[in-house]
Amino acid sequence: MTLKLRDLSLKPDLFGTGHGLCAGCAESVSVRQILSALENPPVVALATGCLEVSTTRFPDTTWKVPLIHSAFENSATTIGGVDAAYKALVRKGRMEDRPLTFVVFAGDGATYDIGFQWLSGALERGHKFVYICLNNEGYMNTGIQRSSATLLGAWTTTTPSGDARPGKPEWHKDMTKIIAAHNIPYVAQAAAHNWKDLMTKVRKAEQADGPAFINVLTPCDRGWRFEPEKTMEVSQLMVEAGLWPLYEVVDGKYKMTGARQKKRPVMDALLSQKRFSHITKNADDATIAAIQAKVDEEWDALQALCEMSAAE
Amino acid sequence: MTTTQKQGQKPSSGITLPPAQAINGGEAVAYAMRQIDPEVVAAYPITPQTFIIEKFSEYVADGLVNTEYINVESEHAAMSACVGATAAGGRAQTATSGPGLALMYEMLWVASGMRLPIVMHLCSRSFSAPLNILCDHSDVMGMRESSWPMLIGSSPQEAYDQAVAMPTIAENKSVLLPVANVLDGFTVTHSVERVEVLPDEVVKEFAGEYEPDIWALQPGSTATFGTLDANDFYFEHKRQQVEAMKNSLEVVRTQLNAVGEITGRPMNLVEEYLMDDAEIALVVLGSSEGMVRAAIDQARADGIKVGMVRIRLFRPFPVADVRKALEGIGAVGVLDRAIAFGTPGNGLLQDLATSTRTMPDRPLLMDFVYGLGGRATPKQLFRQAVDEVLNMNETRVEPDEPAYLGLK
Ligand SMILES: Cc1ncc(C[n+]2csc(CCOP(=O)(O)OP(=O)(O)O)c2C)c(N)n1
Ligand code: SF4
Ligand SMILES: [Mg+2]
Repeated sequence: MTLKLRDLSLKPDLFGTGHGLCAGCAESVSVRQILSALENPPVVALATGCLEVSTTRFPDTTWKVPLIHSAFENSATTIGGVDAAYKALVRKGRMEDRPLTFVVFAGDGATYDIGFQWLSGALERGHKFVYICLNNEGYMNTGIQRSSATLLGAWTTTTPSGDARPGKPEWHKDMTKIIAAHNIPYVAQAAAHNWKDLMTKVRKAEQADGPAFINVLTPCDRGWRFEPEKTMEVSQLMVEAGLWPLYEVVDGKYKMTGARQKKRPVMDALLSQKRFSHITKNADDATIAAIQAKVDEEWDALQALCEMSAAE
Repeated sequence: MTTTQKQGQKPSSGITLPPAQAINGGEAVAYAMRQIDPEVVAAYPITPQTFIIEKFSEYVADGLVNTEYINVESEHAAMSACVGATAAGGRAQTATSGPGLALMYEMLWVASGMRLPIVMHLCSRSFSAPLNILCDHSDVMGMRESSWPMLIGSSPQEAYDQAVAMPTIAENKSVLLPVANVLDGFTVTHSVERVEVLPDEVVKEFAGEYEPDIWALQPGSTATFGTLDANDFYFEHKRQQVEAMKNSLEVVRTQLNAVGEITGRPMNLVEEYLMDDAEIALVVLGSSEGMVRAAIDQARADGIKVGMVRIRLFRPFPVADVRKALEGIGAVGVLDRAIAFGTPGNGLLQDLATSTRTMPDRPLLMDFVYGLGGRATPKQLFRQAVDEVLNMNETRVEPDEPAYLGLK
């Protein structure tokens, strides 16, 4: 499947102007790209988070699509309810049976933590929707608290760096693999800077025969402490350092996507974000070594999965 | 045409159902749900609600409904799915009890705040801890301020009759609020009684279909549902909800009358028993009515002029109807089946006190807590309560503290 910029440029922009996201926020960029990658008209559900509060302030809305937000943790179930109602309305002849794509946008907090159960349930039940996790590795909307997606050692307001504890003490949850373990037809990791990879994955997710999940790295300049103009650069560094592998799992088969992955030491990426400044000030810091070791280990495990899948 | 035949009864004709069935309250509700055929039912099992969803699942399995039945993984998810479904223009129903209601609490307010006409059947049950699966009104009281009109029936028959009326109340354009049909756990949900059901086509015609003004989530719409309100609009939206709740009172009355006309079983917001010449009264919610009635009969035989007021419409509280029922009454015993810890009075007492405070000769009030965690309250205890109310009517002294009926 190839996406052509020319075709995309002719599509109407479904995410309008006048939102209140920070300058440099990756969320608006990715959302716009995701919406224009879709073939069908979307029906969108949002989880509470930066995106939602910055785009749906009554009486205004940034969105030019039918959209529902109901709470922080339950957007997968909310869209499942919409899906169910449509099915019954069509069955009763009260609604035309048209191709539509149900899309959820939810943050990493909504996805990895508080909404995990709702998402898992919706995937198991097989509602057909495209779930996009806008992953900025923290609860940004409430003021940069840690989530289970936050990297080891990162400063957040609930894992501040002090003498006794240098930032977040735990390795993050591997949510993408956990979702893949639900055996849904399409699962992927993408990143904000690689628009083509992201949009191709969205198209595939839309065409999947069942639920689809894309975990999109969307760097947050406020929370990660970098200059707003550096967003795409930081996103790219995360991928090049192997901290955010780009891959997809199609019907259980793992495959790397996109070039220039894991070409640098993790230090290069960590240095670009001041949330790590308390550890990057010392090149021999034990946390950095731990991050590098874990990234190497996970990278090898991922490559092994890809090789196994290719051999099948 | 479907026939759910019970106990060898036969349909009276080829198409109409037998006039009466021997079913429990849970099945009676499920029966009405089948007839209404909502687009979505989403529920999570919890005792004593399970009869409803198990019976309804059978209807789904047998292809008797068009409903998409969502076996969600929690009660919060049940209400979340109902929110999505109703916003999409479908009718959605759920059912739960005590802890399940507690788990979906956040969504009760989301549903009413988004003005979504969802129907919930609440099979009343205590809150944990200690774990207890039996009936009291902790859950009923727990949701009383969440902007849901709430009707409490007293029998399987009433659970059915109310269930027929519920969607038409919720979806009334002057209301647009979620509504709760409360049936007491076990005493109603599990009690097999004679239930007269209506023919399917009669219910279908009465209930019609949900026709939202704005099909906000339909393709082509650019509506945003569930916005953020800052301090510039939140207050106004909540004030509008006050009006919707107020409007619902007369809508409930009209719709209960309409169902009553079809069934020949009138339903009022407030039901009175022997109140015409009563000097004192007991006020009750739900299925304890039967036992209270028996106690009243006994007291009457002893020459005490006592009556009973049962409040069916618990929210919005039918202040005018209650005041009318209590006009000229000297003393009232209020039967509370839940404790409002740390408050100056338990739930129903608070409502009664507030409703009667400006009556020229307001009745004196006395609170009785009873039946917590399914504790059976025998007739004799209600009979004793009558004596205490009678005594208060003579001494004209209101107690500060509630009495606890049947406490060991
Ligand atoms: C039940 C509940 N708990 C907590 C919150 C507060 N809250 C709102 S958004 C949010 C964090 C959002 O984080 P994430 O999902 O990662 O989205 P982001 O803002 O980072 O894009 C929190 C904790 C809430 N709204 N509801
Ligand atoms: S805090 Fe971060 S995620 Fe939120 S709007 Fe700002 S840049 Fe975006
Ligand atoms: Mg986040």
